[in-house]
Amino acid sequence: MNLALKDIRHNLGRFLLTCLGLSLLLGIVLAMVGIYRGLIVESLGLARAAQAQVWVVEGGTRGPFAEASRLPGDTREAIVAQWGVAAAGAVAYQNVEALHRGEIKRLLVVGAEIGRPGEAPAVVAGRPILRSRYEAIADRRAGLALGERIRLARDTFTVVGLTENLVASGGDPVVFITLRDAQKLQFDLTPAAARREAARTGGAAGTLDTVNAVLVRLLPGADAKQFALGIARWKHLAALTHEEQETVLSRSVVERARRQIGLFTGLLLIVSAVIIGLIIFTMTVDKKKSIATLKLIGAPDRRIVGLIVQQALAMGLISFLAGAALIHAAQGYFPRRLVLEAPDAALLFGIVLIVCLMASGLGVRTALKIDPASALAG
Amino acid sequence: MDQPVVEIRAISKHFGEGPTRVDALREVSLSVDPGTVVGLRGPSGSGKSTLLNVIGCILEPNSGTMRLNGELVYDGKWLRRDLRALRLEKIGFIFQAHNLLPFLNAWENVAVARILAGAPLAQARGRALDLLSYFGIERRKDAMPGQLSGGEAQRIAIARALANDPRIILADEPTAALDSERAATVMDLLRRVATERQTAVIVVTHDEKIFDRFDHIFSLRDGRLEAPSRIAA
Repeated sequence: MNLALKDIRHNLGRFLLTCLGLSLLLGIVLAMVGIYRGLIVESLGLARAAQAQVWVVEGGTRGPFAEASRLPGDTREAIVAQWGVAAAGAVAYQNVEALHRGEIKRLLVVGAEIGRPGEAPAVVAGRPILRSRYEAIADRRAGLALGERIRLARDTFTVVGLTENLVASGGDPVVFITLRDAQKLQFDLTPAAARREAARTGGAAGTLDTVNAVLVRLLPGADAKQFALGIARWKHLAALTHEEQETVLSRSVVERARRQIGLFTGLLLIVSAVIIGLIIFTMTVDKKKSIATLKLIGAPDRRIVGLIVQQALAMGLISFLAGAALIHAAQGYFPRRLVLEAPDAALLFGIVLIVCLMASGLGVRTALKIDPASALAG
Repeated sequence: MDQPVVEIRAISKHFGEGPTRVDALREVSLSVDPGTVVGLRGPSGSGKSTLLNVIGCILEPNSGTMRLNGELVYDGKWLRRDLRALRLEKIGFIFQAHNLLPFLNAWENVAVARILAGAPLAQARGRALDLLSYFGIERRKDAMPGQLSGGEAQRIAIARALANDPRIILADEPTAALDSERAATVMDLLRRVATERQTAVIVVTHDEKIFDRFDHIFSLRDGRLEAPSRIAA
């Protein structure tokens, strides 16, 4: 006969309501962790999709994702001539706001060369870009359909292909166009005075033919680190291996979000612990007479402790499962991508159980201090 | 003559020290034979509850000796470490407010004492149903305490006290919350238990209506036990 379950059944409504409240808290904790994982996956997604081993960027910078990086347009030709290079592609990145169907969309426009590193990875619907002008491949999150047209700055592009889960670290969906279109887009979006100066000098001011990075794929056996070190000797260039690029992205770009999410997750777990502790304490105080009676009859302490700890664990288990189910069901409605990984859920479940055990400490202490003689007192 | 089930000699208990010291029991000696129903009466603060707590091994006296069912359990100190197990085996408690566990139904309230003593659920259930039947309330076996009348609840509490076949039953004002008729029924049940099971029943009471139901009544005053009055023939 499990006394904890019997007591829960006796106060089922109150217990389930408590679990419901707690499940919302734990659901939010799980969502926080999921958002953080999603943030990492999203921020690394674009870098990983390029499948480049080395990123050549402007000297003294850490690449286009961390800060502004501008290279002369012919840098690619200089890089591709280096020993060990299998392929190289110049890319340009530009955040734009586009008005589409009466709605302003924030997009990360990636300009890449057809058939070279940096172009759109796996296209899940439609086809790759084949024409050199005015074709685009958009991520599904942009809400664009195949064949749809979207105006970016002064030009209109036709969506010919779709990708999936390819967004910038800020969550903006990625749209691929050709490098030439992207360079024009960057030019069109620069301030009018700079545009006029570039037009007057015929591009001599260097604003027209610039790229943000050159992505390099190496021949088998070539060492990315050595290659990057070699490139870095060129004073106006810097190079990052893919691992360094991921580190930059995860440390620089995601670090603040990680800290914020970590802080909120910690605070929510503390709040959950306090709530569980108070509820278990209240439930124990409510049962004071029953516990005194059990002790007087002869129930050993382990039975009394078991009664309280099992209820705390049941509360944690039910709340966690309900919270996880809730977040799983609501996953698609979150504005950011939620990546729920089994190890994270298992870790959080373990933490919840530990929190429950710790939180039940106050109730256990109270129960053990109950004088069995108090059962006789009227 | 059978050996007394409860035998206490010169038991003293005081609370506090110095000017705040209160002598709750002063060299109290008492014997209760099997099959007898004994009453303990006295004004508030006379030491009745303290004596009941000492016999129930809940409160440690300061001096004296105590034997329960022939076993010396106190001689200046507790001689057994597992006093809860001792209570489970040898003592049944009946409370003024029946103290049924609100989250267990009638038969579970009886069976819980047996389960705490280590019996399997099926055996404990069988025993509980037998006892409920013995007290004529088996039809209420699935009722929760909140659905029981005062008399029914007290009968279930008595059944729980008997679940482990104790040799001693300690009852604290068991009729205080009952009307005369139900109080008489409860006392009849206790008498039946004492007679049929050779159990020693010690009842703390203020209820003058039931004084004639005891074999002996002990009066406590200022922690001292006065000479017992023999009531029943």
